[in-house]
Amino acid sequence: MKILVPISNVPDTTTKIAFANGDTEFNAAGVQFIINPYDEWYALVRALELKEAGKAEKVTVIHVGLTESDATIRKAFALGADDGVRIDAEGPDAYFVAEQIAKYAQENGYELIMAGKETISYNGSSVGAMIAGFMDLPLISLATKFELEGSKALVEHDVDGGTQVVECELPLVISCSKGMAEQRIPNMKGIMSARTKPLTVIPASGSDKLTNIKSYTLSAGRTTCKMFDEDHIDEMVNLLHTEAKVI
Amino acid sequence: MILVYTEINKGKVKKASLEAVNYAAKIAELTGASVSAIAINADAAQLEEIGKAGAKKILSVKNEKLSTLDSMLVSSAVEQAVKAEGAKTIIFSFDITGKAVAPRLSARLKAGLVAGAVDVPTINGNSLEVKKNVFSGKATAIYSINSDVKIISLLPNSFPIKLGENSSTVIDFAVDLNSVNSKIIIKEKKSTDVAGMVPLPEAELVVSAGRGLKGPENWGMIEELAKTLNATTACSRPVADMHWRPHHEHVGQTGVAIRPNLYIAVGISGAIQHFAGVNGSKTIVVINTDKEAPFFKSADYGIVGDAFTIVPKLIDAVKKFKANQN
Repeated sequence: MKILVPISNVPDTTTKIAFANGDTEFNAAGVQFIINPYDEWYALVRALELKEAGKAEKVTVIHVGLTESDATIRKAFALGADDGVRIDAEGPDAYFVAEQIAKYAQENGYELIMAGKETISYNGSSVGAMIAGFMDLPLISLATKFELEGSKALVEHDVDGGTQVVECELPLVISCSKGMAEQRIPNMKGIMSARTKPLTVIPASGSDKLTNIKSYTLSAGRTTCKMFDEDHIDEMVNLLHTEAKVI
Repeated sequence: MILVYTEINKGKVKKASLEAVNYAAKIAELTGASVSAIAINADAAQLEEIGKAGAKKILSVKNEKLSTLDSMLVSSAVEQAVKAEGAKTIIFSFDITGKAVAPRLSARLKAGLVAGAVDVPTINGNSLEVKKNVFSGKATAIYSINSDVKIISLLPNSFPIKLGENSSTVIDFAVDLNSVNSKIIIKEKKSTDVAGMVPLPEAELVVSAGRGLKGPENWGMIEELAKTLNATTACSRPVADMHWRPHHEHVGQTGVAIRPNLYIAVGISGAIQHFAGVNGSKTIVVINTDKEAPFFKSADYGIVGDAFTIVPKLIDAVKKFKANQN
């Protein structure tokens, strides 16, 4: 059984976001890129744990992006992924990305696809569910615990008002949330081997562009914070009513 | 024709679903289209509520299989409704079901999806242009949806709900789910709901606390403040990681992202990752001993002081305010 982990290349969580070309493009100058945390900490690390426990033969990471993303893919190798695939296209939207990944997964016999629940860049929570749609597979979303018993997955996942424990025969797509695994730091052996692990670059197929971004706007910061001391809390509570109108 | 997906939870139409119906009605005003809603296993009172939110026609689906909310089954039901109604625009809430079903439908129908819209779209030729948050709320982007069939999921709590007269027609809509091959079997359900408390993603008022509280034994005053305000409790990531509070209370970039009307942060410094999960809040109150805490820069109201002194005083102030209101 082989596991496919889609990874996204995103600006580090502390990045100060800026735009270029009349606010029509993300300005990547000087930005540190990382593997999307949900893809890495939860999906990839749990996939690696399953392989280490002898429950999977191989963990492949897959990414839709240009050559700038190769360093991020190699970070996944350093963490322990066996090999990687980069589909050589900019990836205009989630539909395009998911379609490419689903096609690869289908053609190469991956039975378990473990995606992060969302990216911290475009926050669409869409790719995992779209892959399930393209492959006509069940989806278990927001998984927080995942076990494999043979070809049966046992999953705990978030639902409205609580959690639910479910089981499902593979093949299956899951989207991973906090709780799946703990963050890992690559060890020296991993870092050394990352350079030589196979990274296959394949061209994209199809060119559907169902959505595109026209412009970006930075979110307005809040104006000044009104400060109160412990003797004027009543005043603040009144302002929450009269000024902010939230109570 | 605009089709909007609605859902029942704990005997009521979900607040996020009513928002989605309102939103569909706003789009209908712009385009002149009519709004149909699909309602799953809803009773007469619930259908009435959906009508009041602005649906002109309600496809009432009664099918026990759908009660699991399995995204394959729900998606198939919505797809059948889309085809029956000839819907060109499909609206979901960007909630747990919407996040699982809308993308699947997008893949099935080759329909462009904007997931997490925060505003009413504008029409540009055959495209809809709609705003959503990106980079965890640090920015917004205008997306253009160019496909023939378009899907938008609406970020919850983006608009207040308006209910009017019910002028809807309800029709029974039978769906065929026999060809759907979902193998997910539910073994156990665990509720995290606290009696009398609104679940965090839907809460309009949230009281949240962090490491500044020093230990789980000190949460009594946070719970009391929340109860006084009729708010929901939340916490920062370290607090959840140290198991002082349950994981489902964790708000922030890797936890739940919320956008309540009021977010009160006690003893939380306001790291960028925490702020990313709460920056959609309409009003932010920060209570911290450190006047240099970064959270004050992103807050509307702040109190520098020890939580153990301030919170009890705040509880008294809120009680006094509530008493004067009555």
